[in-house]
Amino acid sequence: MTSTNQTLNPAGGAVAPPAGLRPARRNAGRAAVTRRKWYEIIGLTAPAIVVYVMFVLVPMGFAFYYSLFRWRGVGPPTDFIGFDNYVMAFQDPIFLDALRNNAIIVFGSLAIQGPIALGVALLLNRTFRGRTLFRLLAFVPYVLAEVTVGIMWKLILTDGGTFDALLRAVGLGGLVQPWLADLDIVIWTLLFVLTWKYVGFAIILLLAGLSNVPQELNEAAQIDGASWWQIQRHVTLPLLGPTIRIWMFLSMIGSLQVFDVIWVTSVPAVRSLGASATMATYMVDNGFFARLWGYGNAVAVILFAISFVAALLFQRFLLRRDIEGAITRKAN
Amino acid sequence: MAIKRRVTTVLALSITTALLAAGCGGGESDQPAESELYKNPVTLTWWHNASQDGPGKEYWQKVAKDFNALHPTVTIEIEGIETNQLQRTRLPAALLSNDPPDIFQAWGGGEIREQVDADYLKDITDLVKDEVANIGSSAEIWAVNGRQYGLPYRMGIEGIWYNKDMFQRAGITAPPTTFDELNEAVTKLKAINVVPIAVGAGDKWPAAHWWYNFAMRACSVDTLKKASTDLDFEDPCFVKAGEDLKSFIDTQPFQPNFIATPGQNDPTSANGMLANGKAAMELMGDWNKGTLDTVAEDTEALNKFIGWFPVPAITGSAGDPKAALGGGDGFACAKNAPAECVEFLKYIVSPEVQKGYAETGTGLPVAKGAESGVADPALRSVLEATTSATYVQLWLDTAFGSTVGNAMNDAIVAIFAGNGTPQQVVDAMKSAARK
Repeated sequence: MTSTNQTLNPAGGAVAPPAGLRPARRNAGRAAVTRRKWYEIIGLTAPAIVVYVMFVLVPMGFAFYYSLFRWRGVGPPTDFIGFDNYVMAFQDPIFLDALRNNAIIVFGSLAIQGPIALGVALLLNRTFRGRTLFRLLAFVPYVLAEVTVGIMWKLILTDGGTFDALLRAVGLGGLVQPWLADLDIVIWTLLFVLTWKYVGFAIILLLAGLSNVPQELNEAAQIDGASWWQIQRHVTLPLLGPTIRIWMFLSMIGSLQVFDVIWVTSVPAVRSLGASATMATYMVDNGFFARLWGYGNAVAVILFAISFVAALLFQRFLLRRDIEGAITRKAN
Repeated sequence: MAIKRRVTTVLALSITTALLAAGCGGGESDQPAESELYKNPVTLTWWHNASQDGPGKEYWQKVAKDFNALHPTVTIEIEGIETNQLQRTRLPAALLSNDPPDIFQAWGGGEIREQVDADYLKDITDLVKDEVANIGSSAEIWAVNGRQYGLPYRMGIEGIWYNKDMFQRAGITAPPTTFDELNEAVTKLKAINVVPIAVGAGDKWPAAHWWYNFAMRACSVDTLKKASTDLDFEDPCFVKAGEDLKSFIDTQPFQPNFIATPGQNDPTSANGMLANGKAAMELMGDWNKGTLDTVAEDTEALNKFIGWFPVPAITGSAGDPKAALGGGDGFACAKNAPAECVEFLKYIVSPEVQKGYAETGTGLPVAKGAESGVADPALRSVLEATTSATYVQLWLDTAFGSTVGNAMNDAIVAIFAGNGTPQQVVDAMKSAARK
């Protein structure tokens, strides 16, 4: 194959300005290498691409197709209704409640987990006895299964449960609330549980980011007479930027799609009243339980569209420098 | 759909019939593919909802094994799947992809209508005439337009399970027979500082069942039948049901924060409250005895204090006071299932197998001749009430189908939460019927 390329190439070489045999041969070699590289890329990624197409793209296409039908999952879809399902979703006050709840979780997670994780990570980045233990403890909630966490907090926060007993024991009985039953409180309760569950992930990510901050910079700043706070503010934080932004991105996407903790911790009645529904729980409640399969697919497509646009915007404006060349074109 | 189950049927006769039916394995003369039956080895796949380890699951295993012993050509592969998963995802997906199990759980009502419309089920009308006759009118729930597509193995009406000790302490001498008496009982129970009624509103349906019962009392039997078949909810009695429910909730008979209380299966549920002496009453179906047992800390105490009475009547209302709300479980055969599937279905509902089912205590049997299997006194009173009910209305959410049922339950829950109106329930039902 290589030899054919080489014999063919002098023709190309003739087009080029007075190039000798050597540059031509070098070009030929480079083309072959490029071609071989592409075969390699195709060969190695083909299985992944096939799986991706079969289990991601094709189902997405189907979801969109089904979303255009009034279909209850019995027999093939035949009742085409265009975008009516989408209109119906945005006219349902419960779906709008779900959107609002997702917004609360997205911004609430960023606003609460960010500072906590940063503080804890900075503390745990210093050397002290038992540091590994504390790191481990901070990470435990994240390792627990969502369903376990959901059931655990449901039992703790239930009426007259452990949490209420604790409040009463320390003389704060007046603060006791129906944490999971009050329709105005429940979403904040769930935000708390989600924070507890996922803050460990932010901490571990930031700790990893911190370990990449060169020690020399700290030392240099120290020699210049910078205090610990100044070093964190002017040296560590800016260098931690990419890690923080990646965490924000993951947290945002996770919050938009959050399902399991909400599903387990909050009962169906409270969800169906909109107090604790998220887009994902709304999708399952309507798609499977109300047996509105076409409608459920429409909600899935909306959820996907919102997550996709949010991801694109985030990458465009915040992750731009971090992933330069990968998705955006290289500046200059 | 009056259930006319004669307890007085000569037991010996039924058992003989059962033995004959089981022994000869479908020896009826009107069997078309008779010669082909049990000739070739077949494997039947069977999906049922007794997924949790316990007497229910074990019993189905035994039934499958016994059937295999009778007919060695038939092997049965069982899969027990949790109800919600089975009903909402596994079965619809299997049916849709043309690869269903041969025999599977069927809930009757609106769902079986849809499945028949999609041509998923085997028409067994001519093969199960004797069985249907023995089961009585409750088999109609598994029939569509006069054709039979499935058979029930469990059926019962709902009523109020109560704590006899608490009633005695509160000075309530007899179980309430009218809602006025029920209201009085609630007042007396509050006076001795117990939660009068536990409701698992968190799971929606336990709360919705209160509305169903008010609808049973407000609506005539004809209106209810018409609503089930035509999804016609124009009758003002459906609004009346919500109004009655609202005034009942306003008397505060339920535990605080009921909107987040689960229905069953854990100690904090409404079930758990009744089972562990934290509430005096609970509205629930015939399966409740089994679920109370699993959440009770002291089963012996539970067995001593637990009692049952039918949902009270409302004086001067349009509904039939002897009509009751109920439901059951059944099985159906897939359209292309082998003929042995129907034979197995017939075996499941034969009096002998039904008697064994009753003995597990997981539900009430449907076949005549199985009554003696019901030992528990509370379950016996449910069985008697079921037998003497003039009309049994299938759970409204099942009867109306999942879409209307779900919208209806959501709107009823909103009344419980204090931000819904009786009219909104009817509006939600009408709009869901068009979805």
